[in-house]
Amino acid sequence: MKTLVIADHDNGSLKPETSKTINAALKLGFAVDVLIAGENVAPMSEIVASIAGVNTVLVADHSEYAHQLAENIADLVLSLAPDYSHLVASATTTGKNFMPRVAALLDVAQISEIIDVVDADTFKRPIYAGNAIATVKSLDSKKVLTVRASSFDLQGEQAPAESRVVDSVFSSELSAFVSVEQTESERPELTAAQVVISGGRGMQNGENFSLLNGIADKLGAAIGASRAAVDAGFVPNDMQVGQTGKIVAPNLYIAVGISGAIQHLAGMKDSKVIVAINKDPDAPIFQVADYGLVADLFDVLPELEQAL
Amino acid sequence: MKVLVPIKRVIDYNVKARVKADNSDVDLTNVKMALNPFCEIAIEEAIRLKEAGTATEVIAVTIGAKASQEQLRTALALGADKAIHIETDEKLESLHVAKLLAKIVEQEAPELVILGKQSIDSDNNQTGQMLAALTGRGQGTFASKVDIANGTVNVTREVDGGLQTVALKLPAVVTTDLRLNEPRYASLPNIMKAKRKPLEVIAADSLGVDLTPRIELVAVHEPAKRSGGIIVDDVAQLVDLLKTQAKVI
Ligand SMILES: Cc1cc2nc3c(=O)[nH]c(=O)nc-3n(C[C@H](O)[C@H](O)[C@H](O)COP(=O)(O)OP(=O)(O)OC[C@H]3O[C@@H](n4cnc5c(N)ncnc54)[C@H](O)[C@@H]3O)c2cc1C
Ligand SMILES: Cc1cc2nc3c(=O)[nH]c(=O)nc-3n(C[C@H](O)[C@H](O)[C@H](O)COP(=O)(O)OP(=O)(O)OC[C@H]3O[C@@H](n4cnc5c(N)ncnc54)[C@H](O)[C@@H]3O)c2cc1C
Repeated sequence: MKTLVIADHDNGSLKPETSKTINAALKLGFAVDVLIAGENVAPMSEIVASIAGVNTVLVADHSEYAHQLAENIADLVLSLAPDYSHLVASATTTGKNFMPRVAALLDVAQISEIIDVVDADTFKRPIYAGNAIATVKSLDSKKVLTVRASSFDLQGEQAPAESRVVDSVFSSELSAFVSVEQTESERPELTAAQVVISGGRGMQNGENFSLLNGIADKLGAAIGASRAAVDAGFVPNDMQVGQTGKIVAPNLYIAVGISGAIQHLAGMKDSKVIVAINKDPDAPIFQVADYGLVADLFDVLPELEQAL
Repeated sequence: MKVLVPIKRVIDYNVKARVKADNSDVDLTNVKMALNPFCEIAIEEAIRLKEAGTATEVIAVTIGAKASQEQLRTALALGADKAIHIETDEKLESLHVAKLLAKIVEQEAPELVILGKQSIDSDNNQTGQMLAALTGRGQGTFASKVDIANGTVNVTREVDGGLQTVALKLPAVVTTDLRLNEPRYASLPNIMKAKRKPLEVIAADSLGVDLTPRIELVAVHEPAKRSGGIIVDDVAQLVDLLKTQAKVI
């Protein structure tokens, strides 16, 4: 029994989800190898080798893997699968993209977004927007899992593990990379930040999101949004927190002008402390908030920035 | 060009699911059911392709109990030309659903299959990717834009860092994200017309797919509840409590 974790990275930087996914994988109780596939991944593979608990790093460095197209990565993982009992990826948009392909080609079920490892076959996962937690047992001989990183801890460091080059190159004719529009931000990533401040429809427009900037700067926070704010074009899609956006569980989550729909709560209700600022005292967000402030956000945001 | 749209009957998105007292599952008795919102977006996209003259026929398919014909009628009312109901009372897993859909893909040979990226009940986010793998097709998941020209479909994808565009050779599989389009409502005349559109029923076990469960549902529990909080008077009190009581800033 042996586990393969597929590392998640993005144009040269290793995603924090990878370390947390390794943390989850170690709970299975077997040796954990990590595959890093991409172009010019040498610096990142060194970081992976130093994550505590990693046994061997498999490095697949080729231009065909530069954009992590699902078709190529799935075939690469499939070629390594015979050596492993468990295949594990983060439930990021990359992991969600290629992993079900791997499962189908292996003819096994995938268990998505696990939040707990009960034993090597049994896992907990949220269903119905987190309103229920299912305990499910895999009956397949090989397990394919994706991990909700916000439910696991970061691993510490170790003396670098050994690494091995994987030189097989899979290049599918089925799809090709065209372009990418990367959202530029100096702030911490939503899924890694200790503090998140999110704005909703109550922000009224994109310019008003700047009211959150000063507060985010002072708290070292990432800025998120509700679906309504993204749909209205106030902010880009990768800022959406929720059932169908990003799942976050920071120490402090501040919801500003967000009503607290089930789908939004699904993405943030595991935060340690929740603050809600809303002018409607009956807004459902107050039911999950540790500290609620019933007020007009345009009055209190400047005050809050001052007070920090 | 034929477009196949697999759709799913799920709990209405406004309804909060409740766990059964014996922790065996979620209780869906007398709960309002609806078309999965991502499937609505998939149907809308297919219909727009037809209106633009790119698609010639839109086929909706669902796998589920008899009651899911209601959602097929909705799809027909929205503009699908015909519907296929693969009937089963079993709770199937994504892999089974993908294998059954692969049979329909074989039968109907659609150049494009558009699915939702995830169903809001199981939140699996698997079926489209599995179907693409099983039918040897390229996949464009989490689509916020779909452009078809010269045997290629360009799909702009909502990814964690922003937007990525890939070019897929047709035939291909696309899964929808929230920003792809805004679905229309069915008009009353179209709801009436939908009743006369063709709806074919196929028994799931007649398609030669092994439907043995691969996953056992051990238990379903309520998530940990958050204990109620307090309403603060003003910003000063909020900041004070965050510092001294919650100790998070
Ligand atoms: C399939 C599906 C998936 C979805 N996925 C997600 C998801 O992942 N994430 C998500 O967030 N949503 C998601 N939604 C949408 C969700 O149902 C809600 O529509 C959305 O979260 C509402 O956003 P909001 O709270 O910003 O807007 P609203 O519900 O309109 O709330 C705005 C709030 O701002 C307050 N407000 C207004 N002005 C002020 C002011 N000046 N000062 C203080 N407060 C003010 C109002 O009192 C109100 O409570 C999904 C929906 C569906 C159907
Ligand atoms: C342990 C276990 C417990 C379950 N509990 C429940 C439960 O409580 N309630 C319940 O309703 N189901 C339950 N199911 C069934 C399960 O939720 C799904 O029906 C199944 O996994 C397939 O769809 P998905 O949600 O995984 O698809 P996803 O991959 O999340 O959905 C993506 C898209 O695939 C397409 N699609 C998915 N399913 C179908 C379908 N049946 N027909 C046509 N197109 C489809 C749609 O386009 C959809 O938007 C359970 C399954 C298991 C294994």
